[in-house]
Amino acid sequence: MPTESLALDDVSFEIADGQMFGIIGHTGSGKSTLLQHLNGLLKPESGHIIIGDVDITEPDIAMTEIRKRIGLVFQYPEYQLFEETVAKDVAFGPRNLGLAEEEIQERVREAIELVGLDYETFKERSPFELSGGQKRRVAIAGVIAMRPEALILDEPTAGLDPKAHKDVLKMVEEVHRRTGNITILVSHNMADIARLCDRVLVIDSGRVVTVGTPKEVFSRRRELAEVGLDLPPVTQLTEALRQRGFQIDETILSVEEAAEQIAACLKARNTHNTQNVRRTEDK
Amino acid sequence: MEPIIKIENLVFAYAKGEGREAVRAVDGVSLAIERGSFTAILGKNGSGKSTLAKNLNGLLLPTEGVIYVNGYDTADDEHIWDVRQSAGMVFQNPDNQLVSAIVEDDVAFGPENLGIEPAEIRRRVDKALQDVNMGAYKNKPPHLLSGGQKQRVAIAGVVAMKPSCIIFDEPTAMLDPKGRSEIMSIIKELHAEGITVILITHFMEEAVEAERVIIMHDGRVFMDGTPQEVFSRQEKVLSVNLDIPLAVELADMLRERGIAVPENIIKTEEMVEYLCQYE
Repeated sequence: MPTESLALDDVSFEIADGQMFGIIGHTGSGKSTLLQHLNGLLKPESGHIIIGDVDITEPDIAMTEIRKRIGLVFQYPEYQLFEETVAKDVAFGPRNLGLAEEEIQERVREAIELVGLDYETFKERSPFELSGGQKRRVAIAGVIAMRPEALILDEPTAGLDPKAHKDVLKMVEEVHRRTGNITILVSHNMADIARLCDRVLVIDSGRVVTVGTPKEVFSRRRELAEVGLDLPPVTQLTEALRQRGFQIDETILSVEEAAEQIAACLKARNTHNTQNVRRTEDK
Repeated sequence: MEPIIKIENLVFAYAKGEGREAVRAVDGVSLAIERGSFTAILGKNGSGKSTLAKNLNGLLLPTEGVIYVNGYDTADDEHIWDVRQSAGMVFQNPDNQLVSAIVEDDVAFGPENLGIEPAEIRRRVDKALQDVNMGAYKNKPPHLLSGGQKQRVAIAGVVAMKPSCIIFDEPTAMLDPKGRSEIMSIIKELHAEGITVILITHFMEEAVEAERVIIMHDGRVFMDGTPQEVFSRQEKVLSVNLDIPLAVELADMLRERGIAVPENIIKTEEMVEYLCQYE
């Protein structure tokens, strides 16, 4: 190689059990490289990744040991569907773990139900006849059937229409709630990240810029702008108002909260104006 | 003036596998698209919007009905190239649209096929790449570009054909936020230069930039009006599984709290202006 560069450089972070963890960074920030390290597709030149009590970066670790712990759902995962039926497709991963047939079937049923599809209705259908949103669910079920301790979803809603987008996120939340496992969500949609995640990691040029709660992370407007990331749309709106003198909280992350505070602010201003008018009239 | 595109009772049906009944992806659509206008077409997956788009430049031909583009019937074989040159198309996935190993060759591909003389091709390619802010990349191989840059090259390839109308079929769906805003500003510039724009999108924030919004549902036109007219009828928009823009959602919540936000406010900037002027 004429020039070598570091795709990931001194990255350290921790994720606590049961967290929904967001990763944000613009295209080329090192996000994908990081994900590929997390599921053992790439090995680090130095450093360790420890899941529970297992170091998945150990040279002699079996791939199946990693697969059992980390499930990675790639972007547009429906492109990877290949079996004749939904049930067979979802069974592919567990079968490769060498599980007993009964165990495989149980997991397949559970995974299909977990992604919000009716097992009896869908098990015998061809994955290629399904709608875009349904295909994606089947692909995600294939990873869930591995029962990973951490489920990573890379842009799980890319290219979906608004309804399918909401449905897939609701499904992700439901799976997270029911399994209680770590879920890592990679997304360009800052509103989704702000709403769903317990903690968020910002990556740029292969380095961790910051890690914190959505409120902490999105309060660092300047740093985010420097690495080419936007605030959630509602936060952009409330920040624009703050700059124009509105006395509202910094880093408002939901539309409900924005409406509440803006209304309060306008009413306070109105009362103030009315009082001024009265005072003038009194004179 | 004669509309650039005239659709008369379009039906497009296809067989979903052997022996099955034909599905009407587009089912009785009549529309006129004015010259120089900017129309956004929305609809959930399967609503018929992409099928409609592909009928507009003869990629698909009507099962019933007629479409005129610049006065040419799209089903008339003799004029298919007049149709395609009048109405260019940009698709979702930039990787599927680039054919050459060098950016400027890719942009020249269309005009070359039209048999245009080399000096004119040179002028068109330079102008088109300049229009999409990719002049500096003209000698680069497309595979080294980002998704947004590739999409800009694909647009330049269409612009170099000098079409009167460009149909964008979810051009930003696979791009990151930066790529998305780059493409949107180019679309707005092309429109400002007089090109008729038809934008198919899932993003409501893009649709509010248009002059006209058409919502497709079950192969039919479900709503058709200015963005203000369409998005102020939230219930109806939500009923066909679409979203509403942030400003409309916020306006509604503010009204519940006694702030009488006018219904024509649908963009974030408009909302900020309104609130700052509120008394």
